[in-house]
Amino acid sequence: MTPAIRIEELTKDYAIGFWRRRPYRALDRLTLEIEPGEVFGFLGPNGAGKTTTLKLLMQLIYPTAGRAEILGRPVGDVGVRRRIGYLPENPSFYDYLTAEELLNYFGELFGMPAPARGTRVSALLDRVGIGGERRLQLRKFSKGMIQRVGIAQALLNDPEVIFLDEPMSGLDPIGRRDVRSLILELRDQGRTIFFSSHILADAEALCRRVAIVAGGRLAAAGRLSDILAFQVHGWELVVANMSAELFARVKGSVRRATEISPGRYTLELSLEQSPDRILSALSAGGATLVSLNPMRETLEDFFMQRVAEVGKGARAPIAEATSAGR
Amino acid sequence: MRAVRTVAINVFRESVRDRVPYNLLLFAVLLISSSYLIGQLTAGQDVKIIKDLGLAATAVFGLFISIFIGIGLVSKEVERRSIYALLSKPVSRSQFIAGKYAGLVLTLAANVAVMAIALYAVLGYMVWSAPPTIRAGWDAPGMDPALLKAVFLIFVELMLVTAIALFFSTFSTPMLSAALTFGFFIVGHFNADLKNFDKVVSSRAAAWLARGAYHVLPDLSAFDVKTEVVHGLPVSAGYLATTTAYGLVYVAGLLLAATVIFSRRDFK
Repeated sequence: MTPAIRIEELTKDYAIGFWRRRPYRALDRLTLEIEPGEVFGFLGPNGAGKTTTLKLLMQLIYPTAGRAEILGRPVGDVGVRRRIGYLPENPSFYDYLTAEELLNYFGELFGMPAPARGTRVSALLDRVGIGGERRLQLRKFSKGMIQRVGIAQALLNDPEVIFLDEPMSGLDPIGRRDVRSLILELRDQGRTIFFSSHILADAEALCRRVAIVAGGRLAAAGRLSDILAFQVHGWELVVANMSAELFARVKGSVRRATEISPGRYTLELSLEQSPDRILSALSAGGATLVSLNPMRETLEDFFMQRVAEVGKGARAPIAEATSAGR
Repeated sequence: MRAVRTVAINVFRESVRDRVPYNLLLFAVLLISSSYLIGQLTAGQDVKIIKDLGLAATAVFGLFISIFIGIGLVSKEVERRSIYALLSKPVSRSQFIAGKYAGLVLTLAANVAVMAIALYAVLGYMVWSAPPTIRAGWDAPGMDPALLKAVFLIFVELMLVTAIALFFSTFSTPMLSAALTFGFFIVGHFNADLKNFDKVVSSRAAAWLARGAYHVLPDLSAFDVKTEVVHGLPVSAGYLATTTAYGLVYVAGLLLAATVIFSRRDFK
């Protein structure tokens, strides 16, 4: 099956400096394949190369080396843009247009006939929660409302592949929930979604596969279920009504102890330590158990570890990164 | 073609909703109207002065509009990042440039038409208010249709100036684009003098440089037939056709160069 997106050894260098121009590598031999119909999370800290990758895929910038295809066509093919949607990071549109006019303008560029365009524009603005404001000029819109308009314009042509650069940026909690449900809705319709984010909870909630980039390099890629160790690696207890004497007694026998508020503590135990013994001791000392939870590795733990490794210069070998990307 | 037309209509809509061209147009119409008062100061020359001032105002304010809007056509899209979403649609960069240019030419056509109507309105009033004996002494009829020849060549010249502004705006800042376009406009009007520069300078290098500039830069004085039409001298259809073709060749070359530069540009 033709991958929805294929990125091979994609590299981007910028020349920096005024007098003595020297190259700065923003993206270093990125290789990835994204299957049709999947929600793919492209993660990384600020300045990791996420937006650079998306701009390369949209041909807003040109690669120094490497190539990329969308739906089996080179990214430079203008025709393929009929089949894709793109939400730029912190989108900005024409201040003098209303939301309705902007979408109509873009709809005309797609060659959508007027009646169908009007219906589509109206339905999309409804879907992203833009009501009567749709007839206001965009200069009067808040950042969150612009983000919603940006999402609407990315879906205007009913695209097969949707690129979203930080789609939750500027949205309030309700907006974030709406966008999450919209992404899942699009996934259920068989769309491919490639979204970049540094908000890991979004990726954990939405993606089957993710890639992590740091310092312009691919730090890891794969299924969430493969890259995260889901087995329990310890226990976390939250305890209330614990006296200072009791805390001093149990402190030495746990991996980590943290005071939350007077008399209330979090205790972390390693997997080898049985919670039963400490629970008995706590109960005998008059403390109350609030919660007991198994500890698993989260995407955040994995992310922090991989980003730190790349940051220390432990660059992922290109061969390893390449095979992980596929 | 559809993409070019759609982008062009959006440029026109932007200029219609922008206050700067309105102010310039209003000022031009006021100046043309006030030429009636200035004309009253000179006995027997009033119609000539109105025509002179009216055509000059059309050329100068048309120049301001083409430079002010032309320099921002591309740079504003890049600065406000609206180009990111636009170029992800089925629009090639050459279509984008062609659409932007066509939109500004449409805007200019509308502005020049309004200024020409204002000029004819003032002249119409002069014809209506002047006795037949005074009218008989005029070099050319008051509402001379030949004025449209001058207006047309002003419009072609503005198309060329707009192409220069668009060309610079594909790779430089708005301020620099404005300065360079204005510089080209000035040099273009004195281009004929560059041909014989070797007779006034001793340096061979300077003479060669001037000769080179003469061949490369457009001769904008060719588009100025104001004196001829004001004095009722003939401007042939052949001259209009060749001068228009001359202007359009430069426009095509500039748009091609702008497209080549813009097509290679990274939007960081």
